[in-house]
Amino acid sequence: MNWIAIAVTFKLALLTAAVLLVVGLPIAYWLTFSKRRWKFIVESVVALPLVLPPTVLGFYILVAIGPHSPVGRFYSDVVGHPLPFTFEGLLLASILYSLPFAVQPFAAAFAQVDHRLIEASWTLGVSKFKTFFRLIVPLSTAGLITGAVLSFAHTLGEFGVVLMVGGNIEGETRTVSIDIYDEVQALNYAGAAKTALLLLAVSYGVLLLVYAMNRKVWAIWPQR
Amino acid sequence: MAATLTVDCRKTFPGRFTAAAQLDLPLDPPRVLILFGPSGSGKTTLLRCLAGLEWPDEGRIQFGSTTWIDVAANIRLSPQARWIGYMPQDYALFPTHTVTGNIEYGLSDLPTAARQERVRELLALLQLQGLEQAKPAQLSGGQQQRVALARAIARRPQLLLLDEPLSALDAPTRAKLSGELRALLTQLAIPAIVVTHDWAEALTLGDVIAVMGAGQVLQVGVPQDVFSRPANAEVAKIVGIETVVRGHVVTNDNGLATVSVKGTTLKGLGADVSGSAVYVCIRAEDVLLEQAGSGITSARNHLSGLVTEILPQGVLVTVTVDCGFPLRAMITRGAREDLGLERGSTVVAAIKAGAVHLVPRSG
Repeated sequence: MNWIAIAVTFKLALLTAAVLLVVGLPIAYWLTFSKRRWKFIVESVVALPLVLPPTVLGFYILVAIGPHSPVGRFYSDVVGHPLPFTFEGLLLASILYSLPFAVQPFAAAFAQVDHRLIEASWTLGVSKFKTFFRLIVPLSTAGLITGAVLSFAHTLGEFGVVLMVGGNIEGETRTVSIDIYDEVQALNYAGAAKTALLLLAVSYGVLLLVYAMNRKVWAIWPQR
Repeated sequence: MAATLTVDCRKTFPGRFTAAAQLDLPLDPPRVLILFGPSGSGKTTLLRCLAGLEWPDEGRIQFGSTTWIDVAANIRLSPQARWIGYMPQDYALFPTHTVTGNIEYGLSDLPTAARQERVRELLALLQLQGLEQAKPAQLSGGQQQRVALARAIARRPQLLLLDEPLSALDAPTRAKLSGELRALLTQLAIPAIVVTHDWAEALTLGDVIAVMGAGQVLQVGVPQDVFSRPANAEVAKIVGIETVVRGHVVTNDNGLATVSVKGTTLKGLGADVSGSAVYVCIRAEDVLLEQAGSGITSARNHLSGLVTEILPQGVLVTVTVDCGFPLRAMITRGAREDLGLERGSTVVAAIKAGAVHLVPRSG
């Protein structure tokens, strides 16, 4: 097995989930509680990676961060090298690609918080910001974990976006799914099977965790 | 000028109804104002406007020298800035927090020692000791109500807003806690506004009552006066209790109480009454009128008196009989003719003990 590719993949998935846990919260909060009429436009943008082919998404990200775009030029001026075909570029693409997988469970959890509890918090003098962290987040833990785990699992298996934005650089952007593809191209089915089985086992384990948690089978939690 | 809470606002729910309220509540000395009315009369909407959780479409709310809302001047004070204690109908206790966590939730600005001291005080005041680490789901209805009250008063608010504080409880607990709540409100000396649709609660808790119907404040006054002298037929229909007089319990024999009202003795049900001072409440439709000297009936109370007033109301007639206190009876026109009732007639009013409601009062 290609342990370097496995390490890159897990590093990418963990960082993606961690960043989305921070970036996804305010987006999900706004989508849940905003009363703006044009909210649906943002909702559609966030959900776009669900329906767009990964190659299309990857293509636009590649163009947007490439040396001919203002963002790409700014990045290479500051950091010293261009963003495409680096781990950082791949991370940015993964974050955008997995955004709905984090934001939708977050928003669903926030929407389930009884609004009367939120109002009670406000009348006790607690600001909207503090109410979010002291009340809404503790009441939404299952949704937050689900979102983080799903974006982790989704990043583990991404292929098209990685190929478009990351390329295939060993130790930098070569992930497990690319490795499996290469093994099959080289007719090394035994090598591909081992790596594929690992990915299958991890993905299945992660989904078991998510579904088990949403059914509250962990009787150690107080609501039981 | 003494500080006053002035409310004059209007809110429309498109396609449903418009709630409009105009009232003044002097804040010194602190009083308990009851918002009384049937469901859908706009009581909760008014309370939520006061809490800052609902924005009126027009008008203003002024608390002492602070403007809470003035739609025309575009002033909107947030709920956080109003320094109120608000207790919603179902308490809205935080399920992830313990009893202590709920009570100290609004006290995070205090230093730890002061916060712990305040929580200890409140646990003692509301008899919640021993439940510090319990979660709301583990508490009885009465305990949840006390935790919600403790949380609402923890910050020493300048106004307490209670929405149906006792309605989520079963009847025996409700009767017990309404007396406790009255004592607590007196002890706290914070102006309070209490929403209720229960007239016994209104009498027990309120210094002032505002009767609401169809989104309007219809009458404001001392509860006993409003109940016994409703301003119009609409208020009379809403309050639904025509005779309210002060009395004293003489004996209480297994829940059958003997009450003295201005020299007249009545029997009533007083299982929930502990003290001696009560309001005696009788609905006009529960009073039978009969000619003096007729036979024995199952009714425990037979009061003889003179008819002082006869008011026709459709097919019914409200007759006021002076039995030492003014007692109102509602009978049909036909019954009035058969009895030959006129002003000055002598008549006997019969009331079952079960129709004589005794509501505890302070003092």
